[in-house]
Amino acid sequence: MSLLTGKKVVILGDRDGIPGPAIEECVKSTGAEVVFSTTECFV
Amino acid sequence: MDLGNQQRIKELAEQYGSEELLVVLGGAEAEASGLAAETVSVGDPTYAGPLAGVSLGLKAYHMFELKNEVDGAIYEEQVGMMEMVLNVDAIISEVTAYRAQ
Repeated sequence: MSLLTGKKVVILGDRDGIPGPAIEECVKSTGAEVVFSTTECFV
Repeated sequence: MDLGNQQRIKELAEQYGSEELLVVLGGAEAEASGLAAETVSVGDPTYAGPLAGVSLGLKAYHMFELKNEVDGAIYEEQVGMMEMVLNVDAIISEVTAYRAQ
Protein backbone atom coordinates (compact mmCIF):
# COMPACT_ATOMS: atom_id res chain seq x y z
CA MET A 1 0.00 0.00 0.00
CA SER A 2 1.30 3.40 -0.93
CA LEU A 3 2.30 5.89 1.70
CA LEU A 4 -0.22 8.21 0.11
CA THR A 5 -3.16 5.83 -0.06
CA GLY A 6 -6.25 7.28 1.58
CA LYS A 7 -4.45 10.44 2.65
CA LYS A 8 -5.41 14.07 2.27
CA VAL A 9 -2.49 15.95 0.80
CA VAL A 10 -1.29 19.54 1.05
CA ILE A 11 1.08 20.49 -1.76
CA LEU A 12 3.67 23.22 -1.35
CA GLY A 13 5.27 23.50 -4.76
CA ASP A 14 8.17 25.78 -5.62
CA ARG A 15 8.36 27.95 -8.69
CA ASP A 16 12.09 27.21 -8.99
CA GLY A 17 11.76 23.55 -8.04
CA ILE A 18 8.73 21.37 -8.64
CA PRO A 19 5.59 23.48 -9.13
CA GLY A 20 2.30 22.59 -7.43
CA PRO A 21 0.50 21.34 -10.56
CA ALA A 22 3.33 18.88 -11.35
CA ILE A 23 3.15 17.43 -7.83
CA GLU A 24 -0.64 17.30 -8.13
CA GLU A 25 -0.40 15.08 -11.19
CA CYS A 26 1.90 12.69 -9.34
CA VAL A 27 -0.16 12.61 -6.13
CA LYS A 28 -3.42 12.04 -7.99
CA SER A 29 -1.92 8.94 -9.62
CA THR A 30 -1.92 7.28 -6.17
CA GLY A 31 -5.58 7.99 -5.47
CA ALA A 32 -4.77 10.38 -2.63
CA GLU A 33 -6.94 13.48 -2.33
CA VAL A 34 -5.32 16.88 -2.86
CA VAL A 35 -6.99 19.29 -0.43
CA PHE A 36 -4.71 22.29 -1.04
CA SER A 37 -2.08 23.05 -3.64
CA THR A 38 0.05 26.13 -4.07
CA THR A 39 3.30 27.16 -5.67
CA GLU A 40 5.52 29.36 -3.55
CA CYS A 41 8.37 31.56 -4.59
CA PHE A 42 11.05 31.10 -1.94
CA VAL A 43 13.35 33.81 -3.28
CA MET B 1 6.61 29.97 4.27
CA ASP B 2 3.90 32.25 2.96
CA LEU B 3 1.76 33.42 5.89
CA GLY B 4 -1.52 32.81 4.08
CA ASN B 5 -0.45 29.25 3.34
CA GLN B 6 0.45 28.72 7.00
CA GLN B 7 -3.08 29.75 7.98
CA ARG B 8 -4.61 27.45 5.39
CA ILE B 9 -2.51 24.48 6.52
CA LYS B 10 -3.41 25.18 10.14
CA GLU B 11 -7.11 25.05 9.29
CA LEU B 12 -6.73 21.86 7.27
CA ALA B 13 -4.76 20.20 10.09
CA GLU B 14 -7.56 21.07 12.52
CA GLN B 15 -10.09 19.67 10.07
CA TYR B 16 -8.39 16.39 9.16
CA GLY B 17 -5.83 15.73 11.91
CA SER B 18 -2.17 14.85 11.58
CA GLU B 19 -2.81 11.15 10.87
CA GLU B 20 -4.84 11.76 7.74
CA LEU B 21 -3.10 14.85 6.38
CA LEU B 22 0.39 14.99 4.95
CA VAL B 23 2.40 17.61 3.12
CA VAL B 24 4.30 17.18 -0.14
CA LEU B 25 7.03 19.70 -0.89
CA GLY B 26 8.55 20.74 -4.19
CA GLY B 27 11.32 22.98 -2.88
CA ALA B 28 14.32 23.62 -5.12
CA GLU B 29 16.87 23.54 -2.34
CA ALA B 30 17.49 21.78 0.93
CA GLU B 31 17.30 24.66 3.39
CA ALA B 32 13.95 26.01 2.16
CA SER B 33 12.51 22.49 2.02
CA GLY B 34 13.67 21.80 5.56
CA LEU B 35 12.20 25.09 6.73
CA ALA B 36 8.82 24.17 5.27
CA ALA B 37 8.98 20.69 6.83
CA GLU B 38 9.87 22.25 10.18
CA THR B 39 7.04 24.77 9.95
CA VAL B 40 4.33 22.14 9.44
CA SER B 41 5.71 19.77 12.07
CA VAL B 42 6.97 21.77 15.05
CA GLY B 43 6.01 25.34 14.10
CA ASP B 44 7.28 28.39 12.25
CA PRO B 45 10.94 28.90 13.27
CA THR B 46 10.82 32.51 12.09
CA TYR B 47 7.91 33.27 14.43
CA ALA B 48 6.34 35.33 11.67
CA GLY B 49 3.19 33.46 10.82
CA PRO B 50 0.12 31.71 12.23
CA LEU B 51 2.17 28.56 12.90
CA ALA B 52 4.63 30.32 15.23
CA GLY B 53 4.73 28.17 18.35
CA VAL B 54 2.09 25.82 16.89
CA SER B 55 3.15 22.20 16.61
CA LEU B 56 0.84 20.60 14.06
CA GLY B 57 2.85 17.38 13.91
CA LEU B 58 2.29 16.99 10.17
CA LYS B 59 4.63 14.74 8.24
CA ALA B 60 6.22 16.40 5.20
CA TYR B 61 7.79 14.55 2.30
CA HIS B 62 9.65 16.01 -0.63
CA MET B 63 8.33 14.91 -4.00
CA PHE B 64 11.70 13.24 -4.68
CA GLU B 65 11.08 10.85 -1.77
CA LEU B 66 7.81 9.69 -3.29
CA LYS B 67 9.25 8.54 -6.60
CA ASN B 68 8.39 4.91 -5.93
CA GLU B 69 4.95 5.74 -4.57
CA VAL B 70 3.55 7.40 -7.69
CA ASP B 71 3.01 6.43 -11.32
CA GLY B 72 6.47 6.13 -12.91
CA ALA B 73 5.56 7.63 -16.27
CA ILE B 74 3.86 10.63 -14.67
CA TYR B 75 6.81 11.13 -12.33
CA GLU B 76 9.25 11.17 -15.22
CA GLU B 77 7.11 13.61 -17.15
CA GLN B 78 6.46 16.01 -14.26
CA VAL B 79 9.55 15.68 -12.04
CA GLY B 80 12.26 13.91 -14.05
CA MET B 81 13.91 17.06 -15.31
CA MET B 82 14.19 18.69 -11.88
CA GLU B 83 15.51 15.47 -10.40
CA MET B 84 18.48 15.80 -12.74
CA VAL B 85 19.34 19.41 -11.87
CA LEU B 86 18.63 19.68 -8.13
CA ASN B 87 20.61 18.29 -5.20
CA VAL B 88 18.25 15.42 -4.44
CA ASP B 89 20.31 13.83 -1.64
CA ALA B 90 20.70 17.08 0.31
CA ILE B 91 17.01 17.91 0.00
CA ILE B 92 15.88 14.46 1.14
CA SER B 93 18.34 14.45 4.02
CA GLU B 94 17.04 17.80 5.28
CA VAL B 95 13.34 16.94 5.01
CA THR B 96 13.81 13.48 6.56
CA ALA B 97 15.51 15.01 9.58
CA TYR B 98 12.43 17.02 10.49
CA ARG B 99 10.15 14.03 10.08
CA ALA B 100 12.22 12.12 12.60
CA GLN B 101 11.75 14.75 15.30
